[in-house]
Amino acid sequence: MTHFTMSLNAQDIARIAHLARLELQPDESERLLAQINGFFEIVEKMRAVDTAGVEPLTHPVAAVQDVALRLREDVASEPDRREENQRSAPAVERGLFLVPKVIE
Amino acid sequence: MSADLHDLGVAELARKLRAKEVSATETAQHFVARSREHATLGAFLATNEEVTFAQARAADARIAAGDAAPLLGVPVAHKDIFVTRDFPSTAGSRMLEGYRSPFDATVVRKLAEAGMVTLGKLNCDEFAMGSSNENSAFGPVRNPWDPARVPGGSSGGSAAAVAARLAPAVTGTDTGGSIRQPASFCGITGIKPTYGRASRYGMVAFASSLDQAGPMARSAEDCAWLLSAMCGPDPDRDSTSLDLPAEDFTRALGGSLEGLRIGVPKEFFAEGVTADVRAAIDSALAQYEQLGAKRVEISLPRTELAIPVYYVIAPAEASSNLSRFDGVKFGHRAAKYADLLDMYKKTRAEGFGDEVKRRIMIGTYVLSHGYYDAYYLQAQKIRRLIADDFQAAFRQCDLIAGPVAPSVAWKLGGHGGDPLADYLADIFTLPGSLAGLPGMSLPVGFGEGGMPVGLQLIGNYFQEGRLLHAAHRFQQATDFHLRRPGGF
Amino acid sequence: MTSKLIHGYEVVIGFETHAQLSTDSKIFSRAPTKFGAEPNTQACPVDLALPGTLPVMNVGAVERAIRFGLAIGAHVAPRSIFARKNYFYPDLPKGYQISQYEIPVVQGGVVEFWLGEEKKAVRLVRAHLEEDAGKSLHEDFVGMSGIDLNRAGTPLLEIVTEPDMRSSDEAVAYAKELHKIVTWIGICDGNMQEGSFRCDANVSVRKPGQPFGTRREIKNLNSFKFMKEAIDFEVRWQIEQLEDGHAIEQATVLFDPDTGETRAMRTKEDAADYRYFPDPDLPPLVIAPEWVERVKGGMPELPRVMAARFVADYGLPEYDATTLTQSKAMGAYFEEAARASGQPKLASNWIMGEVSRRLNAQEIAIEQAPVPAATLAQLIRRIADGTVSNSAARQVFEALWSGEGNDVDSLIEAKGLKQVNDTGALEKIVDEVIAANPANVEQVRAGKDKAFNALVGQAMKASRGKANPQQVGELLRRKLGL
Repeated sequence: MTHFTMSLNAQDIARIAHLARLELQPDESERLLAQINGFFEIVEKMRAVDTAGVEPLTHPVAAVQDVALRLREDVASEPDRREENQRSAPAVERGLFLVPKVIE
Repeated sequence: MSADLHDLGVAELARKLRAKEVSATETAQHFVARSREHATLGAFLATNEEVTFAQARAADARIAAGDAAPLLGVPVAHKDIFVTRDFPSTAGSRMLEGYRSPFDATVVRKLAEAGMVTLGKLNCDEFAMGSSNENSAFGPVRNPWDPARVPGGSSGGSAAAVAARLAPAVTGTDTGGSIRQPASFCGITGIKPTYGRASRYGMVAFASSLDQAGPMARSAEDCAWLLSAMCGPDPDRDSTSLDLPAEDFTRALGGSLEGLRIGVPKEFFAEGVTADVRAAIDSALAQYEQLGAKRVEISLPRTELAIPVYYVIAPAEASSNLSRFDGVKFGHRAAKYADLLDMYKKTRAEGFGDEVKRRIMIGTYVLSHGYYDAYYLQAQKIRRLIADDFQAAFRQCDLIAGPVAPSVAWKLGGHGGDPLADYLADIFTLPGSLAGLPGMSLPVGFGEGGMPVGLQLIGNYFQEGRLLHAAHRFQQATDFHLRRPGGF
Repeated sequence: MTSKLIHGYEVVIGFETHAQLSTDSKIFSRAPTKFGAEPNTQACPVDLALPGTLPVMNVGAVERAIRFGLAIGAHVAPRSIFARKNYFYPDLPKGYQISQYEIPVVQGGVVEFWLGEEKKAVRLVRAHLEEDAGKSLHEDFVGMSGIDLNRAGTPLLEIVTEPDMRSSDEAVAYAKELHKIVTWIGICDGNMQEGSFRCDANVSVRKPGQPFGTRREIKNLNSFKFMKEAIDFEVRWQIEQLEDGHAIEQATVLFDPDTGETRAMRTKEDAADYRYFPDPDLPPLVIAPEWVERVKGGMPELPRVMAARFVADYGLPEYDATTLTQSKAMGAYFEEAARASGQPKLASNWIMGEVSRRLNAQEIAIEQAPVPAATLAQLIRRIADGTVSNSAARQVFEALWSGEGNDVDSLIEAKGLKQVNDTGALEKIVDEVIAANPANVEQVRAGKDKAFNALVGQAMKASRGKANPQQVGELLRRKLGL
């Protein structure tokens, strides 16, 4: 079901960088390619482990007790703090965050 | 008399303050002056005397009014991973340079309500990603024991500040060892509680299922005081915080260690552990036997697997957590760009450092189409096996002991920017982090270059009290935690 | 499943509906959800994804999801999981949407409705909880867009059907029924203009017996009228493409009400890779059976149940029962009128006739009807006990509706509409009618019922509707010696 490329190539790096919205300089991409492939050699060890029938562990404490989502009452209590909340915004006009035109 | 204020532990300082032998304001002034004096360490990223002194005056007023809160007027400083209203919050990243949070992290609020006086924000690896503090966008932190060496990371500024007596106690965060390892490298005491004990609200998220806040100070007793004030459920703000009532961990400090079973995992003494570290750990274990503890040989068979498992899970969660840094609502935005897509890519390329980009790339890859099952899901399954190994071990022993790191602090640039070398050095702190277990580091000796060596104690879930007790008894019998780096 | 073909093609439609849940606060924050506030005044630090913020789940949203599950006979999952759907977009503050992926809270279920005389059932795949995004405003700024995050974090229930619908009419009927259900059980205000109920239609065509064709998704259909127009256009377009030998390419399209056409949206090239994974900030959502039972206890009677009861208890035809359960208020209005008058079928006729006609004409809901059910019941009683004829009753009703009066009996009195039963007066009228219509009389004698009815009509007219038609009939027969 999962297809494997044991090691990544330059195209993979470009695809991932695009998915992650990171602009990479050519030298950066090369360095990352080498480092990430080096890293995945360690990861191979992990893939060999037999985990058939093992439940993934999400909240660590679920290893010893049930952890269920806590729910809060439906109460609207947050005041309007727009000014304070937008204090560190790069571009704001008439209370709106400004971004380069979004084309649909 | 205030000349030796910085040598006092939290407990002693608090007593003096309540006895009005010294005022919170005098204390604050003393530490502010001292941190200015040692600015070259690079421990602090932000200070604000007005805020600090205002808090000190408020504490003095409470003391005058007869308020006997245990931490009232005691100075504290926060790792810059915690957001604060009164100080900038950068997470050690260009991305958040000058960012002002409209709210305080829950841990910050709790310590403020306890009456602690905030000295400022402490340097750390960018978004807490690193084990040498060399990944901070705002310069490295120097190890007070040897300025040519790293303080460890990611809570490097926190550890250095305590070791250099710039603050009696500080906060840190631990995702894969970021409290324990710098505590070990700087010869101080630090504890990471059970995942879910302390609220994560207001901690800039790195890896949500691993991040946990904890105190760092010179002694286990001091840590107990802070941890008691930091923990407790946060039902309104953090869904992963546990419904455990706040505890007074100082109550656990009394009593002997007679019959305490200390498990020693053979995997923690594999080759790779340097001789000096091994020697310090062995003598510490011998010391524990003299204190009445029993040494039990145990095994944590999947110790080595913790490295790939951690370095899949943490980057995966980080890649998603860091998507909010897009130059729209807050933080850095590139000055020049062609369109929206270009704005995103340039903003993030400029705002993030190399290690952060590396982990975002790894995390994005392991979650991407066709790889999720083989990497992230597989890692989360092995994570359960690792947690089960600990439960098996805890049927044979009450707590687990071993080295925090394979070596003492290395030289700045010592790993030559080789990320893998850093990752591998985390091997002994990662298993406990993946299992979400409480763990701590206490100074137990010195190794190569006269650098401190820390002993790691790992307890079962919710056993922070037992850990602190064991560390406290050790510190009553030894004075490693009182040693002071030359020049401080 | 019956389906009419268009140029030999079968239409296949599936729906994804986003119903905004009517909570006071957002799904993961305490910010208010009111519509139309000043930009970003209802976006708190959690909604803005400020560093350090975390989601905390709103019990009201979960409760509404349970209600929906019960309403459509679905399985309410005892344990469901929130996942992160990762993609970059300015109106998505965290860079991911918290949704449910592998294990949704509501699983399965069926929506049943009438399409004309035909009973239809559309199967649901799932309904899951998720957070809404903000809004991008493109108009006001040159070369820039403004982002308003007030809507970000509003709770949504995304309701997904199987591709069970076979015509635009069936699709619209489904959407109307779903809209009726979510408003009926009070989980959504159903306001389509404000985007509280948004439908996406997945449309494809195929030759009968062939596998499903490639579908195109029409996004954000926010009125039933546009829904039909959009689907009809899309179906025509796809058939033309295929007939011209072009393959259909999977796409997301928008409907332009002005041109009446659908056009493909600019595709997000990496839309395919959302990197879903369980949200580590949110443990599993656990719903205990006791909770489901509690919710069940508080559920209102559902439309289809109420309709069945109207058939059983009041002997109404299926058609009447369905029409009278278009809304809770309509059903209640009928029941009060039926009970108070003791004439369910008459009450049904009046509501579906005189009442509905006026409601539609004035475009008001039954709640705004100027004639209360009790008053209508009183009028119906007067018809039943022979006090007034139907035609007279209509005059009374008009007076009641226009506000000329509000008491049935005094209006009958004032207008002198009591039926005339005294034979003397009637005989006089009948004689005049016979005298005035020799031609009709001839035809009646020749056995033409039409002509007879005409004479009765004349007599009724002459009595200004007050005569009792049966009585008039008998008199005529006698006098004409039939």
